[in-house]
Amino acid sequence: MKETPLSNCERRFLLRAIEEKKRLDGRQTYDYRNIRISFGTDYGCCIVELGKTRVLGQVSCELVSPKLNRATEGILFFNLELSQMAAPAFEPGRQSDLLVKLNRLLERCLRNSKCIDTESLCVVAGEKVWQIRVDLHLLNHDGNIIDAASIAAIVALCHFRRPDVSVQGDEVTLYTPEERDPVPLSIHHMPICVSFAFFQQGTYLLVDPNEREERVMDGLLVIAMNKHREICTIQSSGGIMLLKDQVLRCSKIAGVKVAEITELILKALENDQKVRKEGGKFGFAESIANQRITAFKMEKAPIDTSDVEEKAEEIIAEAEPPSEVVSTPVLWTPGTAQIGEGVENSWGDLEDSEKEDDEGGGDEAIILDSIKMDTGVEVSDIGSQEMVFHHVGQAGLKLLTSDAPIILSDSEEEEMIILEPDKNPKKIRTQTTSAKQEKAPSKKPVKRRKKKRAAN
Amino acid sequence: MAEPVSVAAEYLAGSRARAARTVLGQVVLPGEELLLPEQEDAEGPGGAGERPLSLNAGARSRVRVVCGPGLRRCGDRLLVTKCGRLRHKEPGSGGGVYWVDSQQKRYVPVKGDHVIGIVTAKSGDIFKVDVGGSEPASLSYLSFEGATKRNRPNVQVGDLIYGQFVVANKDMEPEMVCIDSCGRANGMGVIGQDGLLFKVTLGLIRKLLAPDCEIIQEVGKLYPLEIVFGMNGRIWVKAKTIQQTLILANILEACEHMTSDQRKQIFSRLAES
Repeated sequence: MKETPLSNCERRFLLRAIEEKKRLDGRQTYDYRNIRISFGTDYGCCIVELGKTRVLGQVSCELVSPKLNRATEGILFFNLELSQMAAPAFEPGRQSDLLVKLNRLLERCLRNSKCIDTESLCVVAGEKVWQIRVDLHLLNHDGNIIDAASIAAIVALCHFRRPDVSVQGDEVTLYTPEERDPVPLSIHHMPICVSFAFFQQGTYLLVDPNEREERVMDGLLVIAMNKHREICTIQSSGGIMLLKDQVLRCSKIAGVKVAEITELILKALENDQKVRKEGGKFGFAESIANQRITAFKMEKAPIDTSDVEEKAEEIIAEAEPPSEVVSTPVLWTPGTAQIGEGVENSWGDLEDSEKEDDEGGGDEAIILDSIKMDTGVEVSDIGSQEMVFHHVGQAGLKLLTSDAPIILSDSEEEEMIILEPDKNPKKIRTQTTSAKQEKAPSKKPVKRRKKKRAAN
Repeated sequence: MAEPVSVAAEYLAGSRARAARTVLGQVVLPGEELLLPEQEDAEGPGGAGERPLSLNAGARSRVRVVCGPGLRRCGDRLLVTKCGRLRHKEPGSGGGVYWVDSQQKRYVPVKGDHVIGIVTAKSGDIFKVDVGGSEPASLSYLSFEGATKRNRPNVQVGDLIYGQFVVANKDMEPEMVCIDSCGRANGMGVIGQDGLLFKVTLGLIRKLLAPDCEIIQEVGKLYPLEIVFGMNGRIWVKAKTIQQTLILANILEACEHMTSDQRKQIFSRLAES
């Protein structure tokens, strides 16, 4: 799409406002917008928000062979992309001028200033070095892309951890993050770009121009500095003529701003480090504000949940219990057997079955003891060969008889069967509300059982 | 807003059509079908195809229901095309208007809308005006009040124009005019030289243009001002000083995300200072 044209009325208004030292959002001349830094779950991923301008930075690394004329240095690669969602005017083919300018400035700021120690990226001289790649994506354009992009790049680089490598003689071992903790990059200093917009042939100056202000400005001065007050890059565009003391004044202002921003970056990195160490939640999802009004808010409609519990119970009661798959014990070798499926742990049901009473009527499955008392059916614990399972659900009584335990081993001692048949678990459906009641009378049924056995 | 959405999702799973009456004020999602009141009886308890016998079979009252933005007619039902809350208005005659209140920033030209445009080019007899849509609208120089072939309007590139659409569909470039059907300007035309233009969401504009909007009344009590609302999300504001204009612009932009209590607080604080 074509860029929305700037109307004469807006241009006039903005210039008059600047003459009166007023900015659209109420900032002072030297004020930055709110900077917000948030980190993703991976190391080296961050989003920087400068007001409404958002830049996403991601660092990745790879082992490659080095350049021929720099055999002992790692390779750095920077790339800034203007995403189409950033502004309607950004189209795949259209933004080349601005893109080239921004990329070039970013490279000069980060590469030529030697903020990253490339010698430390060397693994085997002449053969293997680390290639560090910084990808920046502009997600929303509200002015001053270069500042946001430089902050995102340096934050992502400081946050990044590369896999650990050890060299012993000829052998190079690359450790995965699980084997050894990844190692941070060696960063000497943090260069940050500060932009100054000039209006009316250099008469008026604004720091951190907005998108509207960028449209009406005459020229732009970008100074990249670190907190030690060393200038890494300086660039003036727009063809305005600046006086020497103007440039010096800008560099002083830049020094102050860079110190503040560096402090903010260090604090953000420290916070993220702390959260990760303590095992708290981190990542982009955590940094999105939840209880924020995004559009005309309406009060929550109250919902009556008084009948939810009854309804839930009804549903559970009416549902059929899952059809039982008779679990015959499978004997793998003498001493090792498998009962049931591996997926579900059916051992826990053993305790439940012993504690359960026959209260609640036909909804619950009733264990052997109760059946013995109610129906008078004799269940013989003969020993090994036969087991009888009873299931009582809404469907009625089902009698299932299992076969003899399956013996897998072809050892000659086939008579040796280790399992005790009445220890086999049964699949029982229990109601949630009676869970508490099950715990209480746990002792009594067990005792009854033992008496039965003694009687037999 | 979680509760209505979950209800909607539950119905979507069965993909049954719901009566529009029951869904008023709730969130609807694109793809849902809504039944109008007269169709509910037919689909009601005799769902297997039986129709209840009515004594005066011939006299079926025909009610005219207007299908507003976000809804589309699909057979004899309404199909939802935008997600938002379903609204209904009962006029004097007819079945009323149904529409979906959705939130959007990108404007799509609609016939009859009054918009603020920026003149981008002058070519021959027409001006090209950017209205925020996919194509610039064309505005003939004769569409101003009192304009004749000899008496051309004084419009420069970059000027702000307030006009309405006479042709706006998705197949052709939109055309706008600055006069109404009687030939009078009625407030339309070139907007003055000073003042500030800024952009907000379409939902906020509709809210501000609703009758008895509290925000506008309160703003009017603060300072004397001139204000023009374009349905394409653009607002032009002018007050006596630059400071006041900036304050007004910021208040209107912030109104979207504030509850009415917060707004009243801010206004009272401004009125004091």
